Amino acid sequence: MAKPDTLTIEPSGPLPRPMFAPGRVMIYAVLILTSLYYLIPLYVMIITSVKDLDAIRYGNIFIPTANPTFAPWVKAWSEACTGLKCSGLAPGFYNSVSITVPSVIVSIAVASVSGYSLANWPFKFGEFFFTVLLVGSFVPYQVMLYPLVIITREMGIYSTLWAVVFVHTVFGLPILTLLFRNYFSSLPPELFKAARVDGAGYWRIFFQVMMPMSVPIFTVAVILQVTGIWNDFLFGVIYAGPTNYPMTVQLNNIVNSLQGVKEYNVDMAATILTGIVPLAIYFFSGKYFVRGIAAGAVKG
Amino acid sequence: MVFIVLFVFIGGTFWTVASSFTNIKTLPIFTPAEFYDAFVGMAQYQRLWRSSRWIISITNLGIYGSLYTIFAFVIGFWLAVLMDQKIRLEGVFRTIYLYPFALSFIVTGHVWAWIMNPAFGLEATVRGLGWETFSFDWLTNREMSIYAVVIAGLWQGTGLVMALMLAGLRGIDDEIWRAARIDGIPKWRTYIQIVLPMMRPVLVTTFVIVASGAVRVYDLVIGLTQGGPGLSSQVPTIYVYETMFVGALAQGTAASTIMLLATAVILIPWVVVEFGKKQQA
Amino acid sequence: MAMKSPSVSIRGLALSYGAVSVLQNLDLDIAQGEFIVLLGPSGCGKSTLLNCIAGLLEPSEGQVFINGKNVTWEEPKDRGIGMVFQSYALYPQMTVERNLSFGLRVSGLPKDEIEKRVKRAAEMLQLGELLHRKPTALSGGQRQRVAIGRALVRDVDVFLFDEPLSNLDAKLRAELRVEIKRLHQKLGNTMIYVTHDQIEALTLADRVAVMKSGVIQQLDDPHAIYNQPRNLYVASFIGSPTMNFIKGEIGGTVAAPSLALGKGDVALKSYASKKKLGVGQKVVFGARPEHLRLNAGNEAGLSDAFDAVVDLVEPMGSDSLVWLKLANQMLSARVESSQIYKPGEKIKVRFRVGLSSIFDAQSGERL
Repeated sequence: MAKPDTLTIEPSGPLPRPMFAPGRVMIYAVLILTSLYYLIPLYVMIITSVKDLDAIRYGNIFIPTANPTFAPWVKAWSEACTGLKCSGLAPGFYNSVSITVPSVIVSIAVASVSGYSLANWPFKFGEFFFTVLLVGSFVPYQVMLYPLVIITREMGIYSTLWAVVFVHTVFGLPILTLLFRNYFSSLPPELFKAARVDGAGYWRIFFQVMMPMSVPIFTVAVILQVTGIWNDFLFGVIYAGPTNYPMTVQLNNIVNSLQGVKEYNVDMAATILTGIVPLAIYFFSGKYFVRGIAAGAVKG
Repeated sequence: MVFIVLFVFIGGTFWTVASSFTNIKTLPIFTPAEFYDAFVGMAQYQRLWRSSRWIISITNLGIYGSLYTIFAFVIGFWLAVLMDQKIRLEGVFRTIYLYPFALSFIVTGHVWAWIMNPAFGLEATVRGLGWETFSFDWLTNREMSIYAVVIAGLWQGTGLVMALMLAGLRGIDDEIWRAARIDGIPKWRTYIQIVLPMMRPVLVTTFVIVASGAVRVYDLVIGLTQGGPGLSSQVPTIYVYETMFVGALAQGTAASTIMLLATAVILIPWVVVEFGKKQQA
Repeated sequence: MAMKSPSVSIRGLALSYGAVSVLQNLDLDIAQGEFIVLLGPSGCGKSTLLNCIAGLLEPSEGQVFINGKNVTWEEPKDRGIGMVFQSYALYPQMTVERNLSFGLRVSGLPKDEIEKRVKRAAEMLQLGELLHRKPTALSGGQRQRVAIGRALVRDVDVFLFDEPLSNLDAKLRAELRVEIKRLHQKLGNTMIYVTHDQIEALTLADRVAVMKSGVIQQLDDPHAIYNQPRNLYVASFIGSPTMNFIKGEIGGTVAAPSLALGKGDVALKSYASKKKLGVGQKVVFGARPEHLRLNAGNEAGLSDAFDAVVDLVEPMGSDSLVWLKLANQMLSARVESSQIYKPGEKIKVRFRVGLSSIFDAQSGERL
């Protein structure tokens, strides 16, 4: 045997490593420091929202108050002023709900069917159609703003909730259709062929074969749409009309309202309230959220 | 239904571009005859490029777009590489880096406006700690306000880049890593010379998403600085909005046509990659 | 001839992830220039063992020696090994020439030396015309040759192959198999080759290590692996179609043991057992399909004839596989394709007892 026996310590088993190798420590240090950059705004937002105005004026924004109060939250929800009216964020919340729910349903219904058609029922100009969709999902909204004003006005829905629903549906369709098309294309084509051989038609295949297999992608689409529509500001300003402003617009108006004393605690409470819905969705759907942006972004 | 949407997209884009060559102010026009009557050639574009406000906007977009894209890429890739080192609590870190992306730009804008508030925010805090001359007044400083937008934008957007890059890194065949270790190639060189080139499709897609997102930036500026102080953090989207709906419709469509062009330029590398893929297949 | 010092030695190697044990207390000595194949189904630990030798995985316990040097704690690049992967693992953005030379450049080898080695590898593997292409422009077989070339330029003593042919189609696989064997003859390096394909194992190897759940079941030359499987597992894993197994009890006397089968007995006198077969011992009698003779006369080495009925015939070109029913057991026999049998036909079967295997029914060990 050629075993060297002169060594004092014979290497055996795993290479011994110090508990805290400098490289590892560095990695964690950097990760934790960067985490602070991401977490501090949330932290500041929360502690500010439960301070009273004196604590803000004489305190430090990074130090929590000793006497937290929820008065700013109440005020932000139901009393804060946006210019003339002083009914807080609540109406905006209800508007956002009544915009988001129909927009999500309509856009996903249409996009899933068109994605399914594109993936499984090849037709003339399918490729061209696909390209236009791709490009369409990148067209800056500004290009479409005025044409959509004209269209909604012609439809008689301008300055109503339905105008915003319509616009969200239109802008959601390209990316959603792509999402669904890519997903349906990734399903084994044999499945689709087998269903056709069994005599199932267009709708039957969609509802009884494709839909049951597509729960994940529907989840992803719902998350994508709910957060996207809830967070929208521009379309709300332009198409909804003042009585229908969604929460984001209300928030902006509250914060920028010039009446009276600037109440930073109420502003921050309002900001949290506006962010709470998408944040909740994010925290509860972590895996799907990541998948959604990855699927929507890194296609094919 | 999708056909209608397509029609809306193509027709709408066409209308916007066409009307930018006219002098319409508040009332839209539709018939060729109307367009013929209102035709003024490049006049709107000449006016656009003479407008100091537009020049500020487009310069700011240049600054914001390039800094945002570069830093989002560098930080995002770097974070993704760190996350790729088989670390503990990866899920926790990823959740932290990505949560801002779930928020509205308006929310992001207001939070950072509060943190960067000179009277109460970071500046006041550091001065309170004894560094009396410390200055962090980007929000009220005309020279710096657009950089404040970059900071807030990066806070919201790097998590996305990190997640996309991490997905890209995880897509690399493990055997490539093994081969590189057998070859004795140091880790950092493997990342830069082997893995990064392999991620080209991911990089291009991410670039297109990030950069075209930068062109669209609007709510963030509205929430953070409202385009101010003065006009110092104006961006093209604000210019479009504030001309289109206040009696200079054609000015607005001309500005948005420029934005369309900018987006088209950004899309070129991606088209090249996609087209190249098809040719190979 | 004096025993050459081993090229690769493994001592007490074990690897476990938490409670899951992948390799267990494994010892293995591989001689200079030997071609060893690690064979087993997926999950048997063969690739894990290879990766431990390469230094890509850290063992939980034990040591690895290469050329007499304890390399357990060495980096892969310092172990004097080259490795070829299943997915080729070529660097896709680099030309073939860069792929071959990249590792050498990084290690700072002089330029002319790099050139010399790349040239030599290219010649040996007929890569000359491909040097300036990128991997995407190569066929699967060409890619694998480049991958072999990358191991070759490292000028090392030990080559490791991790299922290198699994991604290729059957025809190319056969071609490259020959090429690898030729390469081994030319270079005389030690080669350790992981596969789940027994044909590859039997054709290439000097010795085959059949593995199962992290343990080497048998380490022998291909002939012994095939003809004298050490236990039931090896016997059933090797050979296609698989060996016939007949359960039974040893009868007769200690001097003339036999196995009851149907109405008769198989005399086991011609079987060279390691230990004496005890009367009443429960055993499994194993005979490969080619060790069953149909309608043969009473020749030397054959057992008595048993009545059987043909169930199904599978012609396989050069020979045919005849499935037959004997005392409620399905057995397969390999016959020349010129012999025609029909389903339902009554035939006589004899066994070549001397070439068969007998295993203990409990331990599965060869007797």
